[in-house]
Amino acid sequence: MTGSGVNGMIGMEGGRVEESIGELRRTFRSGETRSAAWRKAQLKALLQLLRDNENKIFEALKQDLGKHPVESYRDELGVVEKSVKYSLSHVDEWMAPKKSSLPLIFFPGKGQVLPEPLGLVLIFSSWNFPISLALDPVIGAISAGNSVVLKPSEQAPACSSFLANTIPLYLDSKAIKVIEGGAAISQQLLQQKWDKIFFTGSPSVARIVMSAAVKHLTPVTIELGGKCPTIFDNLSSPSDTEVAVKRVVGGKWGPCNGQACIGVDYVLVEEKFASHLIEMLKKTIKKFYGENPKELKDISKIVNKHHFQRLHNLLKEPLVAASIVHGGLIDEEKLFIEPTILLDPPLDAEIMTEEIFGPLLPIITLKNIEESIEFINSRPKPLALYAFTNDEAFKRRILSETSSGSVTFNDIIIQFVCDTLPFGGVGQSGFGRYHGKYSFDTFSHEKAVLRRSFFLELEPRFPPWNDFKLKFIRLVYSFDYLGLILLLLGLKR
Amino acid sequence: MAEDSETKKVFDAEAAASLMKELRGTYASGKTRSYEWRVAQLKNLMKIVDDHEKDILDAIRADLSKPEQESYIAEISIIKSSCTRALGELNRWMKPEKVKTSITTFPSSAEIVSEPLGVVLIIGAWNFPLLLALDPAIGAIAAGNAVVLKPSELCPATSSLIAKLVGKYLDSSCIKVVEGAVAETSALLEQKWDKIFFTGSGRVGRIVMAAAAKHLTPVALELGGKCPVVVDSDINLPVAIRRIAGGKWASNNGQACIAPDYIVTTKDFAPKLIDALKHELEAWYGKDPLESKDLAHIVNSNHFARLAKLLDDDKVSGKIIHGGQRDKANLKFAPTILLDVPEDSLVMNEEIFGPLLPILTVDKLEDSFDMITSRGKPLAAYLFTNNKKLKEKFVKTVSAGGLVINDTVLHFAEKTLPFGGVGESGMGSYHGKFSYEAFSHRKSVLYRGFAGDASARYPPYSDRKLKLLKALLSGSVVGVILALIGWS
Repeated sequence: MTGSGVNGMIGMEGGRVEESIGELRRTFRSGETRSAAWRKAQLKALLQLLRDNENKIFEALKQDLGKHPVESYRDELGVVEKSVKYSLSHVDEWMAPKKSSLPLIFFPGKGQVLPEPLGLVLIFSSWNFPISLALDPVIGAISAGNSVVLKPSEQAPACSSFLANTIPLYLDSKAIKVIEGGAAISQQLLQQKWDKIFFTGSPSVARIVMSAAVKHLTPVTIELGGKCPTIFDNLSSPSDTEVAVKRVVGGKWGPCNGQACIGVDYVLVEEKFASHLIEMLKKTIKKFYGENPKELKDISKIVNKHHFQRLHNLLKEPLVAASIVHGGLIDEEKLFIEPTILLDPPLDAEIMTEEIFGPLLPIITLKNIEESIEFINSRPKPLALYAFTNDEAFKRRILSETSSGSVTFNDIIIQFVCDTLPFGGVGQSGFGRYHGKYSFDTFSHEKAVLRRSFFLELEPRFPPWNDFKLKFIRLVYSFDYLGLILLLLGLKR
Repeated sequence: MAEDSETKKVFDAEAAASLMKELRGTYASGKTRSYEWRVAQLKNLMKIVDDHEKDILDAIRADLSKPEQESYIAEISIIKSSCTRALGELNRWMKPEKVKTSITTFPSSAEIVSEPLGVVLIIGAWNFPLLLALDPAIGAIAAGNAVVLKPSELCPATSSLIAKLVGKYLDSSCIKVVEGAVAETSALLEQKWDKIFFTGSGRVGRIVMAAAAKHLTPVALELGGKCPVVVDSDINLPVAIRRIAGGKWASNNGQACIAPDYIVTTKDFAPKLIDALKHELEAWYGKDPLESKDLAHIVNSNHFARLAKLLDDDKVSGKIIHGGQRDKANLKFAPTILLDVPEDSLVMNEEIFGPLLPILTVDKLEDSFDMITSRGKPLAAYLFTNNKKLKEKFVKTVSAGGLVINDTVLHFAEKTLPFGGVGESGMGSYHGKFSYEAFSHRKSVLYRGFAGDASARYPPYSDRKLKLLKALLSGSVVGVILALIGWS
């Protein structure tokens, strides 16, 4: 795991981690977190926390990532507020048992599915959306009635610190704790027994987390990323194209300057439209971020030197550098890389084999836009797939022939704010999902409950066995009620 | 088949890699995706069970000496009803689910589309060797995946029959059976699957999950646990006894993941309960149960020795109040009841998976609820009572995969209920629609148009844009209108 040595020391020592977790277990066992009243009180308190601390949140995000308040609101604060409110208004409904209808043969009987909290859950959040990717899962865990430990990313220290200092002031600290730290603390946490672990981050760390979860058979949800492709078809209307380009630019450099799991990684376009697209992209970039590439406004910075180096190295390969058609300016001191567009970099270069997670946008040209399906399918399944097209048949092909966490037509990232859509990956982009009710479900166990009475006993279920009983059972299993009646009346052979 | 039985190759890492490559190719061709293909496979699976009922029952008897009626109920008929249900519901399951969208994404429409995960591995268990291999496979096939089945090697006749019949009736370019034990399973586990579905013990479940973790493969683990039966005094005793005894000894002689493991009852009621149990056991299995044809055998000498050890434990040998007869040569073990064994005895600290039934007595039944869950959440927990309050307390406080009030094991047959564990008893669930979902990815799809583009989303940012975004994200129509008016 990456993380500075100093940060590994900040936070708790081993004994105190165990002590904290012991307290959380006792709280959960006491049943306190199970009531609807407790859950709603926590959610309301969280909403208050967000409202009272809007400026502090903006400051922390500015400090860690250089995010503008509008970006911070749009991608983090606003998203979390919306999630809390949605959960508050639905938690009673979600908690209610669901009836299942039983076939007549079980009469009299009642079946239901009862959601219950898993118990003690551990949430790891990542650095790029250090508020929303921390609090969104916490909202789900609380709604489902669990005790929670949140381990925010140490690579966004101001936000981590904000969460650690502010959450105890609003939420029930016997049940919800923030534990800060780096790799050392994470390792200690992973040694404990959890009832669920929710992880957002990179595949290499995810493997460590899932391997640690094996010891106690802890179920995990893994939210990764991938190279999210954007298919850009020819949209015959110029105004549609303009909107589409705005959305691509906004979806690439808007959320944390490309450092987003569902951001645009690369664009696929037909050869003949490539140069037009590039022109429009350039124009829109200037419009959004200003004319002077050295003084860009309203755009986040690269999170730290490590990632800056990584991105810089992607551009260093000679054939890659040669494919740059816009941007390329870098400033190591300010951790700044200009929005950069590349035209057809080599497909085996790292920039096309690894998730970019930064402000570099490769444009890959194809003879025919339909080839994009095969292109995408020959690569690992991404968290999101985007396609700008008005061709309904093409949309259907994309849907049925590719696989990804999600698909969005004619926009970017906005699927993230739709509470009714599950958010999660498949294949290399992860497994499990959340948002809205899916957050509640992901931190719940759906317990099946079958209630029977003593009335109307089906004697043929039991030994000693004989032919009559076997006949009876055959009929029961095929729900052949008429046959059953005939058998019982001695009229069936 | 190219090789003849003499030169049969060992299924090693290389064979596993080549198998995976072949299946990935077939899956990529799209063959398993169509409704027609899935229906054809499911219909053929039905045929396997319909046309070869006798062969199947013979194989299971050879492997486990299970009474025919048990095999019929527990294995054949459940497979048939699963297939029937899948065939009847598949159309509905495959349809995209439309979902509502809010003003935040207006104008838009959204749906959730189900798609197969890809190439999946199903590892079956030995106690219901046909059922626990084929039932998950029904879900995997219905969901459009390519499948590898690894039936339990502890049931060689059934494993071999499954391989033969699946090879004959199902599309072997997409559905394959790999027979074998530890070596073959390890070779399979090295590959990167899109899902692994495992039924078996917690120990092996951990091995499977560890292998899956290397590839970040999602897993479903159907494990077991000590399924308790709490018995109150105000019940219809004869009916309750039959249901308890049926769940315990008529299910593979206790070798079932949801079989009652132990009983908890009040000190006062215990004598009556024990008496009734003894009576029923004699009615079912006669004075000498080892002679009865209606009792399944212990699967092999390892498990026989394990069970014998539980009984021969010093702490326990004085507590046997019924049964205890065994026949090592024939792997027969009589239904055995133990009374008030110490909580630290072996028999109370591991899943029994056999015909031993400890009865623990307490003063108040509620006192046992905490003890039950502190032992690790079991796959199932049972309560017999007519007391409404006790029922509610039990349902609320006892965590287990599934609960049944006033019966045992029956929930397994109810396909509208998800079947799976929690904590030590496993993760994931299946049966009915849950099987289909266990092997599917539910892909979110959002459709947007180009009209109504909120420029508040884009830089250059401003306070006004912030106001509009706040209104949009809060879903407040009025707020949006006001912000827009204030805007222009």
